[in-house]
Amino acid sequence: MSASRTSAGSRQVAASVLHTALLVLAAIVFAYPLLFMFAAGFKPGDAIFTELGSPTALIPDARWSLDNYRAVFEKGSIGAYLLNSGLIALVGVVGGIFINSAVAFALAKLEWRGRGLVLSLVIAILIVPFEVLAIPLLLIVSKLPWFDVASGSLTTGWLDTLHVQIVPFLANAFCVFLFYQFFKDVPDELVEAGRMDGAGALTIYFRLVMPVCKPVIVTAAIILFLGMWNQYLWPVMTVHTSGARPVMVGLQQYFGRTTQWGEIMAYASLITLPVLLFFLLFQKHFIRSVVGAGIKG
Amino acid sequence: MPNIVFRQANKRYDERVENYVFKGLDLNIRKGEFTVLVGPSGCGKSTLLRMIAGLESVSGGELLFDGVRVNELPPVARGVAMVFQNYALYAHMTVYDNIGFSLKIAGLPKAERHRLIVDAARQLQLEELLQRKPAQLSGGQRQRVAIGRAIVRAPKAFLFDEPLSNLDTNLRGQMRTEIAQLHRKVGITTVYVTHDQVEAMTLADRIAVLSRNGLEQFGTPDELFDMPANVFVAGFIGSHRMNLIPVDAAHSPLLEHLTGQTHAQIAAQGVGTIGARPEDLQLVGGEGAGVQLVERLGAESLVHLELPGVPGAVSVLSTDRGLAFGQRRALQLDRRHLHRFDAQGQRLKP
Repeated sequence: MSASRTSAGSRQVAASVLHTALLVLAAIVFAYPLLFMFAAGFKPGDAIFTELGSPTALIPDARWSLDNYRAVFEKGSIGAYLLNSGLIALVGVVGGIFINSAVAFALAKLEWRGRGLVLSLVIAILIVPFEVLAIPLLLIVSKLPWFDVASGSLTTGWLDTLHVQIVPFLANAFCVFLFYQFFKDVPDELVEAGRMDGAGALTIYFRLVMPVCKPVIVTAAIILFLGMWNQYLWPVMTVHTSGARPVMVGLQQYFGRTTQWGEIMAYASLITLPVLLFFLLFQKHFIRSVVGAGIKG
Repeated sequence: MPNIVFRQANKRYDERVENYVFKGLDLNIRKGEFTVLVGPSGCGKSTLLRMIAGLESVSGGELLFDGVRVNELPPVARGVAMVFQNYALYAHMTVYDNIGFSLKIAGLPKAERHRLIVDAARQLQLEELLQRKPAQLSGGQRQRVAIGRAIVRAPKAFLFDEPLSNLDTNLRGQMRTEIAQLHRKVGITTVYVTHDQVEAMTLADRIAVLSRNGLEQFGTPDELFDMPANVFVAGFIGSHRMNLIPVDAAHSPLLEHLTGQTHAQIAAQGVGTIGARPEDLQLVGGEGAGVQLVERLGAESLVHLELPGVPGAVSVLSTDRGLAFGQRRALQLDRRHLHRFDAQGQRLKP
């Protein structure tokens, strides 16, 4: 009896050790490239490759400096590109949250004819890759009118602008679905109580439902932010001047102009940091929401 | 305070399907009356309440408040307030904001709003809890906040949708008393949905008993208890289910035991079912029936007895604590307490 208990105990310990070892291994596999990138950004180019296989590759030493970062700012327009990407991401996130959650609210909580059909369409759009839509979308945006505030005139075509990188991506089928799943779990009685209290659909949406949706808002914000920040194909197709260029296209251009890996790594570090910070700040809500929605990566 | 009248009202969820929740419903809820809608799950009692609230449409016929058709009016324009089964409090707001939300939507000045909120909180002993969020409250306190949210609007009618079903037995009793006192104090027309017939009997001025076939009977608790209109009401109303004995050959020994008449003699009078409440039956010395089960209820016991060769059991409420399985007794019934129903289950006049 006691022997079998001891053997069960040691099996449990072994399983726990194996589990932890696997987690550590997975963490190393995922974290190492990031840590390597950050470390390389501080090193002179030759040191990056000589220390590649060394266990001290990630440990700061006397040769570490900010020279690469200085060079990135001096040689390129990374400041302007970061600002462009920041603006695109900010407007895209804020606008996207409102638009997608409003659509989801209408689908989940309001009664209207054709609701099921629209939901089916949203789900169908989920499986269409962006590459399929890119060319038709390019043709559409190149013909769309826009009121130019600076000149006070109506122009045709959205190319080479910031808004061409924002507006087509505000509506996001995945975010609509994410909000829809969450709203479906919000009790109908909450909406009905609001109606009994005299609130209209907009008041119920803004003042009763959205305030209890923080986890899903954070998840949607992260998804939208990543989408906006990481845009590459679309800006390459629609932005040909530096005025509206986002930072991802800037990195590609910089990569084409230099052979200094330290500078490239510094550039890459600079554009990775905002994403990491955003995620770290809200990871608690993000994990809660993703677990709650049953979404797997 | 309106009287609430359903006139030939219909309800169906799909206009294309002839599947009615209610068809041709006539119901007149009087001003200031505490009306309880009671019935088993799925009978449509909550649907009826939600039709009054304006949360469900009326598919046909009319719903009148004080003689004015309100079918097309949105909930807020009807001037009624509703307390939901799971309270439906706004989790991100304090008790103060929960109670005051409707007033804010209505655009009342801040000072006026404050006065009304504090007044409602005082009535419900919520003054100490005004700055708390719903998650920091007990079930009973949440229920009070839900009621506070309803009374602060000074509604024309209160609607309660199974408001006590989430509370434990003790708290349920306490809240039941509070709701009854509140109704007595404010005197507002109240419609209350429950599946608990004890709640219905203790609170109601009048009870509407509903089944899947629609409205079965509408009357005072005493009327429903003493003169159930049909077999369904007879079986549904009462703490202990009425013994309903079909008038057929299989039950003839039991019928003879209770009435002194054979099933053929009773059937000849047009009777299809005989009813006797456990409270109206007495156990006396004799050998006729055998005790099968004794449910101890405290001061009384519900005793289930069987007659040889007769299907089913008869239950009797007894104060005799000496009763036990296997003992034999005879049944006695005062004929005045016998309920007689025809073959369609409708009450026969004595």
